[in-house]
Amino acid sequence: MLTRERAMELLDRTLSWCPADQVEVMIQAEASQLTRFAQSAIHQNVAEENTKVAVRAAIGKRIGCASTNRLDHEHLRATAEAAARTARLQRENPDFRSLPEPAPIDAVDAFSDATAECGPERRADIVRDLAARARAAGCTISGSLATSSYELAVGNSLGIRAYHPLTDCSIITVAAEGEASGYAESSGRDIDTLPCADTVERAIRKCLDSRSAEPIEPGEYEVVLEPLAVGDLVMGLSWLGLGALAVQEGRSFMCDRMGERVVSESVSIWDDGHDPRSLAMPFDFEGVPKQRVDLIESGVARAVVYDSYTAGRDGVASTGHALPAPNSHGPIAWHLLMAPGQATPEEMIAHTERGLLVTRFHYVNVIHPRETVITGMTRDGTWLIEGGRVVRPVKNLRFTQSIVEAFSGVLELGREAVAARPDDSPLCVPAAHLAKFAFTS
Amino acid sequence: MNDLARLAVAAALEAGADYADARVVDRTHEQITVKNGAVEGVACDTDAGIGVRVLVGGHWGFASTAKLEPDAIREAARLAVRVGRASGQVPTEAVSLSDVDPVTDRWASQFQTDPFEVPLEDKIDLLLDADRAIRQEPKVRVSQAVFRAYRDQKWFSSSEGSDIEQANLECGAQLSAQAVEGEETQERSFPSGLDGYYAARGYEVVTDEDWVAGGERIGREAAALLSAAPCPSGEQPLIIDGSHMALQVHESCGHPIELDRVFGSEASYAGTSFLTPDKLSGFRYGSDLVNLTADATVRGGCGTFGYDDEGVPAQRTPIVAGGMFAGYLTSRETAPRLGWKSNGSMRADGWNRMPIVRMTNINLEPGDWTLEEMIQDMGDGLYFETTKSWSIDDLRLNFQFANEIGWQVKGGSLGKVVKNPTYQGVTPEFWGRCDAIGNRDHWRMWGVLNCAKGQPIQLIHVGHGAPPTRFSKVRVGVMREGESE
Repeated sequence: MLTRERAMELLDRTLSWCPADQVEVMIQAEASQLTRFAQSAIHQNVAEENTKVAVRAAIGKRIGCASTNRLDHEHLRATAEAAARTARLQRENPDFRSLPEPAPIDAVDAFSDATAECGPERRADIVRDLAARARAAGCTISGSLATSSYELAVGNSLGIRAYHPLTDCSIITVAAEGEASGYAESSGRDIDTLPCADTVERAIRKCLDSRSAEPIEPGEYEVVLEPLAVGDLVMGLSWLGLGALAVQEGRSFMCDRMGERVVSESVSIWDDGHDPRSLAMPFDFEGVPKQRVDLIESGVARAVVYDSYTAGRDGVASTGHALPAPNSHGPIAWHLLMAPGQATPEEMIAHTERGLLVTRFHYVNVIHPRETVITGMTRDGTWLIEGGRVVRPVKNLRFTQSIVEAFSGVLELGREAVAARPDDSPLCVPAAHLAKFAFTS
Repeated sequence: MNDLARLAVAAALEAGADYADARVVDRTHEQITVKNGAVEGVACDTDAGIGVRVLVGGHWGFASTAKLEPDAIREAARLAVRVGRASGQVPTEAVSLSDVDPVTDRWASQFQTDPFEVPLEDKIDLLLDADRAIRQEPKVRVSQAVFRAYRDQKWFSSSEGSDIEQANLECGAQLSAQAVEGEETQERSFPSGLDGYYAARGYEVVTDEDWVAGGERIGREAAALLSAAPCPSGEQPLIIDGSHMALQVHESCGHPIELDRVFGSEASYAGTSFLTPDKLSGFRYGSDLVNLTADATVRGGCGTFGYDDEGVPAQRTPIVAGGMFAGYLTSRETAPRLGWKSNGSMRADGWNRMPIVRMTNINLEPGDWTLEEMIQDMGDGLYFETTKSWSIDDLRLNFQFANEIGWQVKGGSLGKVVKNPTYQGVTPEFWGRCDAIGNRDHWRMWGVLNCAKGQPIQLIHVGHGAPPTRFSKVRVGVMREGESE
């Protein structure tokens, strides 16, 4: 652990070494461990400690950045001076106004000592138990058990001093038997409450239920998407259009549609960095407190998230969604939550005359940003539903689908929002029963 | 730094390791981004540390630290041994490694001009000129020019007696244009749609290219796409440009030949492979014209090196010969399972990652055709350029790609531009329909900087030599299927 005191000392010292009009220093310290297993044996077992110091210097409207993981005085001073030197050498950015001013930050407790102290022996014990469960069911398991502690500290020459420690742990498992496979994952901040055994049992059950899958004709199907699959769609919306820069550059589906219905009335999506179900972070990488932002409310486009740069352009306040500088993507809504509905998983299946039940998607990528058209594959558990019953597993299919169109046909939402981690983004979303989804091969 | 690597190895052996290796890596990265006529960011990052890998009783352990001090290094070595012992708590077969001759050597990539020595103002001016050229087209809403350079220095030491020092330099750039009109947006990139054009050479990689002409072209084409007709749907002959063929090779050949993946080590993340070892005996991967090679020795490739991260010398290995599947990318752990020795494909994304099997330069060997001959001979069909998006299943069979721009080919000539081109296929069927491959004059090494694999995720730089290539009966225009024209 770096600790708050040491982080503040590093911040102050580095700030003082940078000869610029405005200076920002960001420190990310991480201690992470991961035990990776395949076919029920550990094949990779790693531990890492690293601390990164990033300096952003502003001289007038000229910005320079430099970063290092060497924490001795010589390297830190050189990095601070390099940021200022770079700023002096470069051209003005007319859209830059100022680094952010300090604002009160509500602390969030997101740290677990048990997670931070979890050693390789405990991780191996857990994996041994999971492997035994899989063996008893006639399966093998692959996956990873990861624990990490992370500290983010941000300070600037205008007075911001922010520090937040958090821990994270996750278990992901694919159970396999022959060509059949099933997937489940869980994540949280406390290893003591991480439901590893339940997670692997879910993966095993999905695997066993996926045996003897047969191909099915591609086409448009009604679907029941489990939360992991819904998470991919929600995170896709975020990357494609829930940030201010995407709107300013005319590539967001939200362009010119604020206040209009963009998806079904049952869909409400918001960003909240303080929600304990998410990977709570009370401020962003500029040290600006995170605001709850209602992005889509009852199907209506309401807002996008801002960093200080895009906020300055629009003459509004940052919502606390900056990524580390420099970045070309702009602000990102990362702590996304989607309002649950009323349906149980069984009810969503029972209400489907003919459709597909999807565990998760794989390798999702964008085809048309403005139209939110994405493609990807189903993976590790896909079943045909007929007459309100799951009748058989099916081989994986490729989909090509607009997210906005998919969410415009929401029939039901699951009554429980659960943690999902598409691309490591800490989402909390329900299952969804959608009227149509296009499978193209 | 070699001393630090040796210190780590000695400390690991003292703590009980049966085998140990250590890598000190010192990396410098510079990035300049120009957007809409302004310099959006100039950043320089330095990153250094040491990773210690051990075998204890046949089980792997790995630990790393950014603190390049003797006490911290000894502590990391002891932690690696502790982690290795913990790995043994789960019953499994002990790892055995293929032999490698111990070597003491130095290797460095070759270059003319060190990009880190080029004045910052010169690099910024080049990007601003190119960015200005893009914005000559009034419908361009966003223009961007990015330059990146990387310097890696690596010191490897093993308990088997190897001491290797390597230095690698890479750089390149990319332009992109986004045109907007009403609700339509279209993008174009130059010279490639992935990260741009990168090579393990000096600043000459950048100065050899005409960025102003490239910028003018993509600005013009992005605007033209706004009013272009959609890509037609159906089965058509298709020519794919070299920059996108690099990605086609990457996804449908490069990943499925990683032998650790074949044996299931990526099953929970990136997936496995349809190229199972039984296919080494007579599996037809593509048409007779298709020859694919893994070549870590070719000059200038982003997957070129002297030795891999296990100290195995760089090699050139046939992967597909005359259309028949012939080989894998291997490591010291995986190769013996096929009775082979490692062909030197283990690399790690920095000091804090454990090496895994990675692509080197996976190259589609050139054929006999010029692009003009391919178009003339085609009659009617389509020509697609530049990667826009990609997706492939966990076995590396079912893929779908989107390109930035397409042209109809009518009567052997390029015709109208089509927007939103997409195509879809199944790997061996698709490569089986390859009926023309561009010649050496059209063949170019493309660098891919964001090849992702492993947990924790490792992004590594790889290379792909590829020319324009033609395929018959390709399913195109997937995005439009089901829509009425």
